[in-house]
Amino acid sequence: MSRLTTAGLMTRLSRLLSLAWLAGGYLFLYLPIAALVLYSFSASELPNTWGGFTLKWYAALGHDQELLDGLALSLKIAFATAWGSVLIGTAAAWALVKHPRFRGRTLFSGMVNAPLVMPEVIVGLSLLLMLVSMQRWLGFPERGALTIWLGHLLLGLAYATVVLQARLKGLNPQLEEAAMDLGARPGEVFFLVTLPGLAPSLVSAWLLTFTISLDDVVLSAFLSGPGSTTLPLAIFSRARLGLSPDINAVATVIISVVASGVVLASYLIARRERRLAAEIAAAQHA
Amino acid sequence: MRSNLHPYAQDNGAFLQIQNVVKDFGHGAVAVNHVSLDIRKGEIFALLGSSGCGKTTLLRMLAGFETPTSGHIVLNGQDLVSLPPYQRPINMMFQSYALFPHLSVWDNVAFGLRRDGLPREEVAERVDAMLRLVQLERYGKRKPHQLSGGQQQRVALARSLAKRPQLLLLDEPLGALDKKLREATQIELVNIIAEVGVTCVMVTHDQEEAMTMAHRIAIMSEGHILQVGAPHEVYETPATRFVADFIGNVNLMDGVLALDEPDHVLIRCMDCEHLVGHGITGTEGMAVAVAVRPEKISLSRQPLETPYNQVHGVVRDLAYFGSYTVYHLQLNSGAVLKVSATNAARHSDAMLQAGESVWAHWDETAQVVLTQ
Ligand SMILES: Nc1ncnc2c1ncn2[C@@H]1O[C@H](COP(=O)(O)OP(=O)(O)OP(=O)(O)O)[C@@H](O)[C@H]1O
Ligand SMILES: [Mg+2]
Repeated sequence: MSRLTTAGLMTRLSRLLSLAWLAGGYLFLYLPIAALVLYSFSASELPNTWGGFTLKWYAALGHDQELLDGLALSLKIAFATAWGSVLIGTAAAWALVKHPRFRGRTLFSGMVNAPLVMPEVIVGLSLLLMLVSMQRWLGFPERGALTIWLGHLLLGLAYATVVLQARLKGLNPQLEEAAMDLGARPGEVFFLVTLPGLAPSLVSAWLLTFTISLDDVVLSAFLSGPGSTTLPLAIFSRARLGLSPDINAVATVIISVVASGVVLASYLIARRERRLAAEIAAAQHA
Repeated sequence: MRSNLHPYAQDNGAFLQIQNVVKDFGHGAVAVNHVSLDIRKGEIFALLGSSGCGKTTLLRMLAGFETPTSGHIVLNGQDLVSLPPYQRPINMMFQSYALFPHLSVWDNVAFGLRRDGLPREEVAERVDAMLRLVQLERYGKRKPHQLSGGQQQRVALARSLAKRPQLLLLDEPLGALDKKLREATQIELVNIIAEVGVTCVMVTHDQEEAMTMAHRIAIMSEGHILQVGAPHEVYETPATRFVADFIGNVNLMDGVLALDEPDHVLIRCMDCEHLVGHGITGTEGMAVAVAVRPEKISLSRQPLETPYNQVHGVVRDLAYFGSYTVYHLQLNSGAVLKVSATNAARHSDAMLQAGESVWAHWDETAQVVLTQ
């Protein structure tokens, strides 16, 4: 009897212990974020002291031209990077999967993947050196949004190719044969069968490269010129001058946008599933 | 067998001619080796063979996914070899069905019709008719992954029939179904094909499937065609040891041609002398084999009064299958003879026990003499 109780106590204790571990882990992950959000509403000039509730930092953001310009530039570059990476990445993945043998395939495959493993600092530095020399000999291109975009594209296209290549390999080749058998020409096969099969990976590759571009600091730092400061660069340079509550406010805005995006996406997915289930039920009882 | 379900297609000349087709994948891998076949209009023709014998490769050449190394494929007077798959009047049902996962059942069936640019109403009409034919009218809105295996198989069939092809290709059409469903589907599939009236070439490694469904069967081995014929022909008169052994169960008894007369021959084997009531082309002393199917052998406890076509043995194993029992007899020479006996009566005393000594005999017409 008493032994049973001891055993019961032990299990309860170990369960408590694992709960504590879990709580500790989550606290470590999310407490800083919660604190950041909290202090963004603090009236104190110091970013980690509570000085009463205020929205003045948010109001100030609306007039902070440097941050607003940075945001606009970052979004522009991220959009262009995502589209460019997905387009070129699809073509590269297609070449690598559908043509198992062509001259220089191994070299091509290695070059596409190199930016994934190369330290970003080195990529950035070598790009900078190249740009400086090009400027000297050709007088072109000026460092700015275009060069940042090219750098991000280099990185994003490597990620996009890896993601799309894996998906393309996993697609059932018989689907394409079946389409051709039913009278689809090669172009139609691509747009009607291959592309829809790739769709989930196209979306994830787009989002992945968008995010990579949006929060990139290292490459942007090497490739930006005067007047082309992206949002991460702006935040980074301000944080170096000392923390201030307006940065907390920017961070909170970003967090809210991301969080509501995730919530909206899962709501839409759930709604689609429900609608599909309802359609099936209707079909069965028809 | 059940071929009375589908009367023979009329013999109105070859509709599909496969002429001396070779497919060499290189590195000495000749998947299809000088194959010639004539297939009649409206016929269900089965390519039967063990794994890796080249059936799928031959079918894929008909569909246009592989180009023959040499040879011709002529359909209805038109040479197909230079046509890409999307221009051939042929549709194929894939072994894995290959239904488009992102399209509904309805759109899957409509896919081929839309590629032909048919007007909207005609597409709708024909898709609905096809779905009715395979009894899936109510499933049009579903996605393929929301269907059972049998339903997916019917969608694949409807999709490949929707364009009214001149030739339908089936690659292991029932391979992905479980045994019970497969038997029911065989007959249903044959009925649908007969209703549509399409010429059909199917590939299978399941001989029962080939026998039940096809009007004619070609037995393939290592890229060659060994024999072509109706199911009962390849079963009752196999041309070679390989075919006899491949189709159904058989006892092969090796012997020598002892006497060769125009109206009968005598073959001497280890355990008995075979009397065959017709002449064969051979010379006395040549090695031959006699094939006898297990179900054509009778058993009795006493010998018959004949010196021929009878062996003595001891029951070594027996397996009871309900409607019939399979006996394995150990013959005097040590060879094993398979006999299958129908269980006509309940609680029969005639049921033999293991260890009993018995005589096995058969009609002289039950024997097939194989010289190769
Ligand atoms: N693309 C290819 N390249 C090289 N060899 C091939 C290719 N396709 C098939 N083969 C070879 O050709 C032979 C016949 O293959 P095939 O797929 O036609 O066999 P099968 O009769 O359909 O067998 P199964 O019943 O297993 O499907 C095999 O030895 C196979 O390895
Ligand atoms: Mg095969």
